[in-house]
Amino acid sequence: MKKTIILSLCLFLVAVGPILAGGNLLLKNGTILTVTKGTIPKGDILILDGFIRQIGENITAPAGVKVIDVSGKYIIPGIIDSHTHIALSGTNETGNAITAEVNMRDVLHAEDTSIFTAISGGVTTIHTLHGSANPIGGQNITLKLKWGKKAEEMIFAQAWPTLKFALGENVTQANRTVAGGEERRYPASRMGVVAIIRRELQRAREYIAQWDRYNEWQRLKILNRPLLPPCKDLQLEALADLLRGKLVARCHSYRSDETIEFIQLSHEFGFRVACFEHIPEAYKIAKELAAEKIGISVFMDSWAYKVEAAEGIATMPAYCAQQGVLVSINSDSNERIRRLFNDAAKAIKYGGLSEDEALKLITLNPAIQLGVDKWVGSLEVGKHGDVAVFNEHPLSAYTRCDLTIIEGDIYFDREAYLKERQEAQKVNPKPKLSGGGQ
Amino acid sequence: MRLRQLIFCLLLSIAALSIGSVRAEEVLAIIKVKIVPVVGEDIPQGTILVRGHKIEAVGSDVAIPSEAKIIDGQGLTAYPGMIDASSTLGLYEIGSLQATIDYRETGRLNPQVLTTEALRPDSMHIPITRSNGITAALVVPSGGLIPGRSGLIQLWGSTPPEMVIKSPVAMHVELPAISRGGFRRQAGPREEGSRQLEEVKELLHQARFYEKRKIAASKNKILALPDFDEKLEALLPVIHGELPLIISVHSAADIRAAIKFLQEEKLKGIFYGVSQGWMVAKEIAQANIPVIFGSLHDLPPSWEDGYDALYRNPGVLRQAGVKIAFSSSSASLAKELPYHAAKAAAFGLDKREALKAVTIYPAEILGVADLMGSLEKGKLANIVLAEGDILELRTVIRHVFIQGQEIDLSSAYTEFLEKYRKRNEKKS
Repeated sequence: MKKTIILSLCLFLVAVGPILAGGNLLLKNGTILTVTKGTIPKGDILILDGFIRQIGENITAPAGVKVIDVSGKYIIPGIIDSHTHIALSGTNETGNAITAEVNMRDVLHAEDTSIFTAISGGVTTIHTLHGSANPIGGQNITLKLKWGKKAEEMIFAQAWPTLKFALGENVTQANRTVAGGEERRYPASRMGVVAIIRRELQRAREYIAQWDRYNEWQRLKILNRPLLPPCKDLQLEALADLLRGKLVARCHSYRSDETIEFIQLSHEFGFRVACFEHIPEAYKIAKELAAEKIGISVFMDSWAYKVEAAEGIATMPAYCAQQGVLVSINSDSNERIRRLFNDAAKAIKYGGLSEDEALKLITLNPAIQLGVDKWVGSLEVGKHGDVAVFNEHPLSAYTRCDLTIIEGDIYFDREAYLKERQEAQKVNPKPKLSGGGQ
Repeated sequence: MRLRQLIFCLLLSIAALSIGSVRAEEVLAIIKVKIVPVVGEDIPQGTILVRGHKIEAVGSDVAIPSEAKIIDGQGLTAYPGMIDASSTLGLYEIGSLQATIDYRETGRLNPQVLTTEALRPDSMHIPITRSNGITAALVVPSGGLIPGRSGLIQLWGSTPPEMVIKSPVAMHVELPAISRGGFRRQAGPREEGSRQLEEVKELLHQARFYEKRKIAASKNKILALPDFDEKLEALLPVIHGELPLIISVHSAADIRAAIKFLQEEKLKGIFYGVSQGWMVAKEIAQANIPVIFGSLHDLPPSWEDGYDALYRNPGVLRQAGVKIAFSSSSASLAKELPYHAAKAAAFGLDKREALKAVTIYPAEILGVADLMGSLEKGKLANIVLAEGDILELRTVIRHVFIQGQEIDLSSAYTEFLEKYRKRNEKKS
C-alpha cells in the first residue's frame, strides 16, 4: 500500500504538466528575442486562444487572462528539433530494406518520459522519424510536445508529411558483425544503396503509370465492361506519393559523395528533398546544397563515433549557414534534446554567427524545414503561442529553462516542479538508496 | 666504434642542454591583460611574466625585462589552462573502429596496464581540446572491475614521454553503473558494488601476502621467491598508500559501500561519477573523499531523482564541503569540459567554484597542484587568453600556452574546412 502511494506520488511528480491556462496567457517584462524582428529589452507577449495576439510594451491583460511576470528573464520561440526518435514505441523496421509503408503515426507513445526531458529544455515541436537502418525507411511525423495529452492531440497537422531515406554505414550495416555462414542483407555497400533506391523509385513510377492508365480508361469508358484495377500496394503508394509531391524526402546521409548521388536521384525521378540529416561533411558541398535549396539538419559537434563521422567538424553549421544553406541543429537523442540552446551558442564561437542566426538554428530554420514556419519558429503576432522562458540569456552556458509554453498552455514550469518535488519528499523523506529505477 | 658512440652521445647531450638552456631563458610578458589566477584575487589589468617553462611573476605591477617578448593582452582575460580530470584522449580516435580504441583491455582485472603507455600524441582530438583552453588531462582506462592505471598528460608533445606530466596517477576500480530509470525499465543490479568491492579486498589481501613472501625470501635464502605476478606487483603501491584508487561509483548504496571499503582498507581514494552523490553528500564530505564527476551531458540515473539530478549534484556536494572536479569523460568531446562546469553553475554551484573545479581542484585531487591549476609564481606556464569568461559557450579562445610555449590553435575544425573553402567559394 505504502509502495503504491509512493509510486503514485512519483508518477504525479513526473506528470507535472499540463497546467492548463486555457490557451490565454500574458508574459510580462521579459527580454523578448523574437528571432525575426529583433529584441525587445523589456516587453510583454499576449497569447489568446493559443495564438500570439500582441508583442510589445505595457500590454494589459484582458479580464480572466493569467499574467506571469518574467522580469529579468528571456523569452524565445519554442525550440524545434527537426530530427528525433522520441515519443515512439519503435524506431526501425529492420525486417526489410524497403519499408516505405511504415508510419510513425501508428507507434506514437505519448507517455514517453523523453517528452518531459525535451520540454524541460524549452523544446515545443519535434519531427520524430523512422530510424536509419533502411535505404527507404518509414513515414515520419511532426508533434507538439503537449506532455500529458493524448498522442492524437500532439500531432502538428500542418507539417509536411515526410519519408525517411538513409544512406551509408547504418544502411550497409558496416558495423554489424555477421555470424558464420550468415549472408549480409542487401544492400551491403553504397553501390547497392543507390541501386535499390533507384529500383524502388522506378517501380513506383510504373505503379503510378498503371493507375493513371486505369483511371484514364475508367474516365473515357473505352471498354463497356468493368475494368480490373491494378493491385493496391501500400509500400508503392508511399513512394508514389513522394513522386506526386505529396510527401517530401528526409535523407540520412553522412558523406558528401553519397549526398551528391542522392541529389542526382532526386533529379532523375523528380521528387523533393526537404532536408539531409546529420550530413557531417556538408561543408564540402555547401555550394551544391545552397544551389539546390536543400536544408540540412545536423549535430553541432558530435563526431568521430564512426568512420563516416570522422570529418564532421563543429565549424560546419555556421559555415554552411553563411554559404546560404538552411541549417538546423538537431538532437537525435533523448538527452541532447534538452540542451539544444547550448549547441546553438557554439555556432557563435565556431564560425561567428550572430545571436539571431544562432537562435534560428533551433527555431525558425527547423520550422522552415518542416513546413511549419507560418505557425512557429519565431515570436510574431499570428503565430502559435509556443514560447520558452530562460533565467539567463538562452545562449549563455549558465542559462536554465524555467517555463515551456505551447499554444498558451504551460507544459513545463520549473518552479511548480520543484514545489511538487518538495511535497513528495515530505511524504517520503528518506532518499531511496537502491540503484535501479521503477 | 665505442669511442665514436661516446662522442656522439656527448655532443648530443651538449646540444640538448644548450637547447634547454636557451628555452629556459626565453622570457614572455603578457601585458595589459585581465588576470583570473583562480587562487587569489582577480587582477583587473596586469602582467604575467613567463621565463622558460614557468610563471615568474603575476601582478598589476610587474617589471618587464628588456629581452621579454611582449604579448598585448588588452581586452583578453588570462586563465590557468583547464584540467580534464577524466578523459580518453590519446586512446580513442573513431568509435566504431576497434583498432583505434585503446582504453579498454580484455578481462576484468588489469591493474598492470597503464594508459600513458598507449598514448597517441597525434590524435585529432587533442588539438581541438587544447584550442578550447584545456591544457592537461587525466587519461583513464575503463572496463572490468580493475581497468588499469591512469596518467596525467599535457596536451602538447610529439611522443608519450614529452606529454606525460605524472604517471601513474591512480589505480582504477569500476563498480557497475545504475541501470537507467524510466517507467518501463527494469530495476538494475542492486547492492552489486559491495560484492565487487569484496573482490578487490581479496586481491589487496593477496598483494599483501605476496609482498610478505617476497620480503621473507629476500631475508632468508632458503625461501623461494613467489612467482612474479604482474597484477599483484601493480597493486603494491596501492597497499602502500602511494597510489590512490579512483573508484567509479554511482548509486548512493554503492557510494556508502565504497566509503566503508576505503576506511576499512585504510586507502587513499577518489570517487568518480557519483551521480547519486547528492543523497549522501555529508557522508562523502565527512570521509574527506574528493569527487570527479562524469559527463553532465547525461540523463539522471533514476527518474525519481529528478530531471536535474546530475546538474544540481555538483552544487550539493560542494555545499557539503566535498572537493570536486569536472571531467569530459570523452576524447572526441573533451573540449566540452568547461560546459559541464557551467551547467552545474546554472543549477546551483557557485560560478567561482565551477571555475576552480576545472583548474585548481583537479590539480589538487590529482596531486599536481605544485605544477598547475592556477596562475601563480613557480607553476608551469599553462595559460589561456580568452575573449571573456572561459566557461561560456560563446567565448573565443585567442592564445594558449603550454609550458610557456604558444600553441598553434588550428585543429581538424579549421583544417578540414580550409581544405574545402576554396571550392565552395569559387565563383563558377
